[in-house]
Amino acid sequence: MKKVLSALLLAVLIIPVLLAAAPKAAAETVTINVYNWGQYISDGTDGAIDVNKAFTEATGIHVNYMTYDSNETLYTKLKTGGSTYDVIIPSDYMIGRLISEGLLEKLDYSNIPNYQYIEEAYKNTAYDPTNEYSVPYTWGTVGVIYNKKYVDEADIGSWDLLWNEKYKGKILMFSNPRDAFAIAESRLGYSLNTQNEEEIRACAELLLEQKPLVQAYVMDQIYNAMEHEEAWVAPYYAGDYLQMLEVNEDLGFYFPEEGFNFFIDAACIPTSCTNKEAAEAYINFLCDPEIMAENLDYLGYSVPSEAAKEYMDEEAIANPVAYPDAETLARGEAFLSLDQQTNQLMDKLWLTVKTSGGANYLLYGGIAVVVIAVVLIVILVSRKKRLARRRSGYTR
Amino acid sequence: MKNKFLAGPYLVWMALFTIIPLVIVLYFALTDSVTGRFTLSNLAAMKDYLPIFLRSIWLAAISSIICLILGYPVAWCIAQTGPKVQRFLYMLVMLPMCISFLLRTLAWVAILEDTGMINSLLGRIGISPLPLIRTNGAVILGMVYNYLPYMIMPLYTVIIKIDPRLVEAAQDLGCDHAQVFGKVTLPLSVPGIVSGITMVFVPAVSTFYISQKLGSSGTTLIGDVIESQFKTAYNPNLGAAMSLVLMILIFICIGLMNRFTGDDDEVMTL
Repeated sequence: MKKVLSALLLAVLIIPVLLAAAPKAAAETVTINVYNWGQYISDGTDGAIDVNKAFTEATGIHVNYMTYDSNETLYTKLKTGGSTYDVIIPSDYMIGRLISEGLLEKLDYSNIPNYQYIEEAYKNTAYDPTNEYSVPYTWGTVGVIYNKKYVDEADIGSWDLLWNEKYKGKILMFSNPRDAFAIAESRLGYSLNTQNEEEIRACAELLLEQKPLVQAYVMDQIYNAMEHEEAWVAPYYAGDYLQMLEVNEDLGFYFPEEGFNFFIDAACIPTSCTNKEAAEAYINFLCDPEIMAENLDYLGYSVPSEAAKEYMDEEAIANPVAYPDAETLARGEAFLSLDQQTNQLMDKLWLTVKTSGGANYLLYGGIAVVVIAVVLIVILVSRKKRLARRRSGYTR
Repeated sequence: MKNKFLAGPYLVWMALFTIIPLVIVLYFALTDSVTGRFTLSNLAAMKDYLPIFLRSIWLAAISSIICLILGYPVAWCIAQTGPKVQRFLYMLVMLPMCISFLLRTLAWVAILEDTGMINSLLGRIGISPLPLIRTNGAVILGMVYNYLPYMIMPLYTVIIKIDPRLVEAAQDLGCDHAQVFGKVTLPLSVPGIVSGITMVFVPAVSTFYISQKLGSSGTTLIGDVIESQFKTAYNPNLGAAMSLVLMILIFICIGLMNRFTGDDDEVMTL
């Protein structure tokens, strides 16, 4: 009886192992690492397409999908190395920076036939003028999201809303320096690509002035905060606003009159790529008009391909938030890659903005340190004395 | 001889994952980010972050003291119960640690935020939302909540070992409860207090998640700054310099702790 039992147990243990090993033996599975923005692909929720799953079904290539929350996080990951990614989807200015630092692989466009569906307007861009490194994924704009229930319509229209004392503690702000500085630059009437140190310092001053009003510096956490009305005002990407609107109907959106950032996010292959052909197959799949249409219907971001538009929801294409008219778009400005000095200055000033305040901690903290030190010394000294006394007591 | 041999795997482990990384931190802290040459400018830049260091120390110190005040009676009470109850209560103290620390902090966000549980309850009875979240108090609450078990555990292990005969002797010699506590129990539990404070203070002073979730944009702690240097600002040299300073601070703490416990061993041997 015991033997039968243990044989059964053994079988139970071995069978799953065999089952798991079987398909692997049949065909060597290829896996690619895809590193994309958070909430930036249709993942099968609400009956929408699961792009990664569809890709695996179509090609047999597995996708290991990871996300980041800002271009700067992506940059740091690539720069520190140690991790290999096959496909990344950074924004325009970051692509320029990655190209100039030799972190991107040139693409073989013969493996990406669907590139033909991308509109000319999104080719020959400033960040990749010779079309060698990138394939546009989406484009979009940055505007202000606000909650109509709490924000007075009279206050909207410009970036000033983010500096409005009335909404103190209910304002969110970008936590990445480039997007945050761009808002200050627009408000002060500077170019979004200024490399003038004084102008950048003036922007830092303006951001510092805003700080007491800011609830938090966030990226993806904005979804939760705006949807649940924890915050009322936030600058963010237009496509994400459309996703939030589906959860909370009271949210509004406008393009600030002073100007705003217009961006293109494009798929690239970093030099750490281990399987370039599979990576190119993935990029090609993303550009397939039907897949792109289904993916972007879900995302709410704007499509860089007329061919894909034909498969899309008509209402979505007519939406002025995702596809603003030419007059509005004329106010938009694309980011260019800045020189290293400016990047460093911006990073440094941004850190100062984020960590400033609390000068009184010099006092509090100082008191704490002194008190702790005094207490320790007193305890140590009294202990020594007591010990000494005890010792002498014993010897007597 | 045999003992040394058995410690081998751990020594290799420590060399690989503790000593070598520490040397790398030291190297980064003392070199320039662009040229890679020796420099002290990273350490000199620390003066800009002095308020943040002090803020971290201040909040961590307050949290440690609150943990001690809350934790000591709990540890003492657990130590007074029977062995079975003791095991059960001890497990209860440890129970929250079975759930991810990040999740527990996020739960506090859901409780404290303006549209959270407490404020929506208050809203129903007509009280306007209280500023609960994004305050220093919320950060301290988060630290106390998360690190309290680290205070209770060492206190409990020390208190349980106190010889009940010493307490009885003190009572026989005419001490009242307060005197027994002040002259016998408390002095004998000092090693537990010291290691408890260290075990709360060290993680609290270097935390970054709690302050990001429960704190405001004005309660940035040194852990947040270090995280941002590695995660987004890409300045590992400055980040390493900050870590180094923080590490020295922690070493001082541990050194002091060893002094205390060392002294106490002497008391024991006397």
